[in-house]
Amino acid sequence: MDNALEISGLKKVYKGGFTALKGIDLIVKQGDFFALLGPNGAGKSTTIGIITSLVNKSAGSVKVFGHDIDKELEKAKSFLGLVPQEFNFNQFETLLTILVNQAGYYGVERPLAFQRAEKYLKQLDLWEKRNDAGRMLSGGMKRRLMIARALMHEPQMLILDEPTAGVDIELRRSMWEFLRELNQQGITIILTTHYLEEAEMLCRNIAIIDSGVIVEDTDMKSLLSKLDQETIVLDIDKITEAPKLDEFTTRLIDDHTLEVDVKKSQLVNHVFSQLSAKNINVHSMRNKSNRLEELFVSLVGSGQNVNQESK
Amino acid sequence: MSSKRNMIALKSILYKEINRFMRIWVQTLVPPAITISLYFVIFGELIGSRIGQMGGFDYMSFIVPGLIMMSVITNSYSNVASSFFSAKWQRNVEEMLVAPVPNWVIVAGYVGGGMARGILVGAIVTLVSLLFVDIQIHNIWVIIATVTLTSATFALGGLINAIFAGSFDDISIIPTFILTPLTYLGGVFYSISLLPEFWQGVSQINPIVYMVNAFRYGFLGISDVSLTLAFSVLGAFIIILYVIAMTLITKGIGLRS
Ligand SMILES: Nc1ncnc2c1ncn2[C@@H]1O[C@H](COP(=O)(O)OP(=O)(O)O)[C@@H](O)[C@H]1O
Ligand SMILES: [Mg+2]
Repeated sequence: MDNALEISGLKKVYKGGFTALKGIDLIVKQGDFFALLGPNGAGKSTTIGIITSLVNKSAGSVKVFGHDIDKELEKAKSFLGLVPQEFNFNQFETLLTILVNQAGYYGVERPLAFQRAEKYLKQLDLWEKRNDAGRMLSGGMKRRLMIARALMHEPQMLILDEPTAGVDIELRRSMWEFLRELNQQGITIILTTHYLEEAEMLCRNIAIIDSGVIVEDTDMKSLLSKLDQETIVLDIDKITEAPKLDEFTTRLIDDHTLEVDVKKSQLVNHVFSQLSAKNINVHSMRNKSNRLEELFVSLVGSGQNVNQESK
Repeated sequence: MSSKRNMIALKSILYKEINRFMRIWVQTLVPPAITISLYFVIFGELIGSRIGQMGGFDYMSFIVPGLIMMSVITNSYSNVASSFFSAKWQRNVEEMLVAPVPNWVIVAGYVGGGMARGILVGAIVTLVSLLFVDIQIHNIWVIIATVTLTSATFALGGLINAIFAGSFDDISIIPTFILTPLTYLGGVFYSISLLPEFWQGVSQINPIVYMVNAFRYGFLGISDVSLTLAFSVLGAFIIILYVIAMTLITKGIGLRS
């Protein structure tokens, strides 16, 4: 089975010379609920833009359900539904017009398009507004309108670029619920966010991007356990082989440097007591600085208001 | 399969475009009717009666085809220029760019929308003219062909203008500084045979001269230029402008970063 998305060596240099993506690789499996997490300016929207052909890439390749966007662009496009970060519908058109025309661009005949528009507008609680112009909607409604629009051609993969930014917590939860249901129906979902909590709540797999580089690409569980531990670096007597400690993972870096992973729930004492028991002396210790950790300190700042932010 | 999809996409763009100018009909359909009435009152009734005949017809009858053509030109041009630029501005052009819509369908859809407005306004203006003057028809096919090709030419022009435009000002520069002067000098109000020889020569490089004259031929059966030449000029313009528009959209100029 083809992967839903395969990105390799993707680079983007914007006009003016700024390098937004420095050669990233990503694989998203069919049926996955995938998070692309990163701080502002990391390159999330640039990546999404290239996948959906709104941004020209500088190098690398992108395959959507096995179709290379350089060779079979139209085929690749037909698999994708995009909910962009910025509102990009015509502010003067009615919701129904926006949806039915969008379906038309994918070859959906008008009668069927009207049926689908009704279905999604109802599901997303916008049916009452169907004859209003887009500009009359609140921010949360506009976001939902863009979700409905992205679903009109029933895509295999839905890509949402920061869908819950500026959406209040109540709506955010119902949007999460809606996305979960779509995923359960088999639609692959990729979501960018700078809230770890959001990714944690929804996603099975996650990649973390920072300054145009993928710094982590793993499943949610491993990431959380990684974040839950610190690595301490010990300067020790010369030994030849990493000592086996109960409940701790150790790595010998060179013959007198030992790294030990300590979970937040564990006590560092237990490392020392076990080392003493093995007659290994510790001369000094420090925390290993960890890029992921640092990144999260910066992300957590914004992640904390996930429950407070409104509008 | 994909040709059926393209047809549905084309219909959607046309529908969207026609819907747009119909929605704002007070801004799009009413002004040309008012303008042409003013032209008739001023040039036809007040001044025209003193001018007497032009090309063997009374002045009012002589200028009607040119005035209709002028509305077709301005409306097909500005429809596409405003609509496509505003789609860039509001970014809803992205709705088409993410979808499997080939570039020629985008061009055809917008140009078709501009032609629809140009031709509809042409028809409105013709009806208004009937209030002031009897219109005779010499050759309906020449009229239809000229109006179709002219609206296509200027719709393409408006599209190219919108692709390059970075602000709303940029879509009024060309109409104000190029289109309007060319139209006024394009033989709408006079037969170019009245001009000194030098200026007759200069007029030959104004494409609007060919359109106005072919159109006038359709109504009155008189023209300052040969029809073959007029249609060749129109055809050449359409091909050149189409190739330019397609190249720009394919390269994503002003559309993709
Ligand atoms: N059109 C553009 N021209 C130049 N630089 C851009 C453009 N779009 C984005 N950038 C830059 O590229 C970087 C990545 O942007 P973006 O992909 O939007 O980040 P994110 O979505 O993760 O916040 C940022 O530093 C941004 O300023
Ligand atoms: Mg972004």
